[in-house]
Amino acid sequence: MASSSYITDILRRPPERTFLGRLKAGDEISYLTTLACAASILLIVGLIVAELWTKSQPTVQTFGWKFLSTSTWNPNSDQYGALPFIYGTCVTSAVALIISIPLGVGAAIFLAEMAPPRLSNMLTFLIELLAAVPSVIYGLLGIFILVPLIREYLVPALRNTFGYLPIFEGPFYGVSMLSAGLVLAVMVVPFIVSVSREVLLAVPTDQREAALALGATKWETTWDIVLPNASTGILGSVFLALARALGETMAVTMVIGNTPKIAASLFAPGYSIAAVIANEFAEANGKLYISSLIFLGLVLFGLTIVINAVARILILMTTRKAA
Amino acid sequence: MTTPEQPIVKERAPARASDSDTNTLPSTSKLNAKNINFFYGSFQALHDISMDIQSNKITSFIGPSGCGKSTFLRTMNRMNEALRNTRVEGDLLLDGENLLGMDVTYVRRRVGMVFQKSNPFPKSIFDNVAYGLRVNGITKKSIVEESVEKSLTRAALWTEVKDKLHKPASALSGGQQQRLCIARALAVEPEVLLLDEPCSALDPIATLKIEELLFQIKDMTTIVIVTHNMQQAARLADYTGFFLLGKLIEFDDTRKIFQNPNKKETEDYVTGRFG
Repeated sequence: MASSSYITDILRRPPERTFLGRLKAGDEISYLTTLACAASILLIVGLIVAELWTKSQPTVQTFGWKFLSTSTWNPNSDQYGALPFIYGTCVTSAVALIISIPLGVGAAIFLAEMAPPRLSNMLTFLIELLAAVPSVIYGLLGIFILVPLIREYLVPALRNTFGYLPIFEGPFYGVSMLSAGLVLAVMVVPFIVSVSREVLLAVPTDQREAALALGATKWETTWDIVLPNASTGILGSVFLALARALGETMAVTMVIGNTPKIAASLFAPGYSIAAVIANEFAEANGKLYISSLIFLGLVLFGLTIVINAVARILILMTTRKAA
Repeated sequence: MTTPEQPIVKERAPARASDSDTNTLPSTSKLNAKNINFFYGSFQALHDISMDIQSNKITSFIGPSGCGKSTFLRTMNRMNEALRNTRVEGDLLLDGENLLGMDVTYVRRRVGMVFQKSNPFPKSIFDNVAYGLRVNGITKKSIVEESVEKSLTRAALWTEVKDKLHKPASALSGGQQQRLCIARALAVEPEVLLLDEPCSALDPIATLKIEELLFQIKDMTTIVIVTHNMQQAARLADYTGFFLLGKLIEFDDTRKIFQNPNKKETEDYVTGRFG
């Protein structure tokens, strides 16, 4: 029989059933605490939706679904339609993605596959710093640096090459959906780069070696094998960027022109959902006006959810095909 | 260093043509390593390794973990170049020509490799085998199809997968995946096939299947295999090299290595007294 010692005294002691004892050891308590944390997040989201819904009832009752499909936004005559804002939000985000996806994925490929590790880490750190720049700074840079550059070089170039396309027609005043899209592209590119790089680095080395051993070049290996392995994660980074672009407020409102009109041309000014809420909430008077702005918030929320859902389905479909 | 060697190989060339017919004729050297030193940064992993690898034979490398046998295998298709901060010294002659000076993709088309862990691409079975052809510019459908069937047959996998060629490779079992990787390597018809512990993750039945297929393909390619399993080396190999601490201690006929080795270290290792 083992002799009793300090250690065995403690180890053989029957478990305390006091509250404190259970807290220290406690499986049940940790389960309940973490469950409460998770539930509270869902609760907050639920409350936001419920609040937006109740506060937007006047608009829902006055305009119904037509709110989403009409384009008059006139507080003087109490006529509200969300379409120009939905259009502006989608167009600027699309422009941002069209520019930032190739740029971001290209940079991520360089950082993950080509650059020496030390350079890669340094550059990644710098690129991630870009994500920490406040959006008002991006807005200022957009107005004072990007817009003149676009006017000077990009617009003439686009006119000369693709001028026959309706999206590059008409006069350019500086503030425009194109400018907003470009500023957004700069803002979201760090997300695409840093997430895509991580995903590319996580592709197992044996996949690369298998392709190299068959006589594939470094680039063929990257393009044929590494990218398909990482495609799900890269898509994830794109949707992270999209979520950011859809909701961006400050930088967009500084360069988009704040004009609630639907124009085919990217050179024309526009308006986004987040921008109109920020700009008009302070001076909104009248029940219908305020409730229309709140409903716009709900629309933005819904837009984000729909796009995320589509993204999930897309990812599921691609992974099911591969795996 | 390389020029005086070439005439010797040319002299032997006539013998090689008839070599595959019978084992009694003098065999010829396919790969010839001369004073190979290899460095990971400042750490020297291989010390002055020289050996002749015979054409259409199976050569195995045995030795404890970290002794350099995989490193040496990976210098033979220059796979170590994918790692940073590595350096190789010496000459590696493939049919008398130094492969360290060749275009690296050309070397790897001629010297194929199968890895320790099966690593099929996340593609269909067919596309896995066809990848090596496609990436090297062979895209004609009939030729690719024929080659895929031939390679899968040689890898003893055809009957098992012929009805699900377009299913993902990940659906196969571990042993099947490794045979798929062998088929993938065989599709580019390599002159030398390097195998880095190909059976270490497989059960005995799957291992046996791979050993059988290696015997089958011996007539079309030269095989070099690294193994931790000494029975496997004894069963499979015509020649065996024993590595210890980055040095090639002994290289000889497999029977000699296992029954009557010259060096004390070899005897200790093959009899299990090592360590």
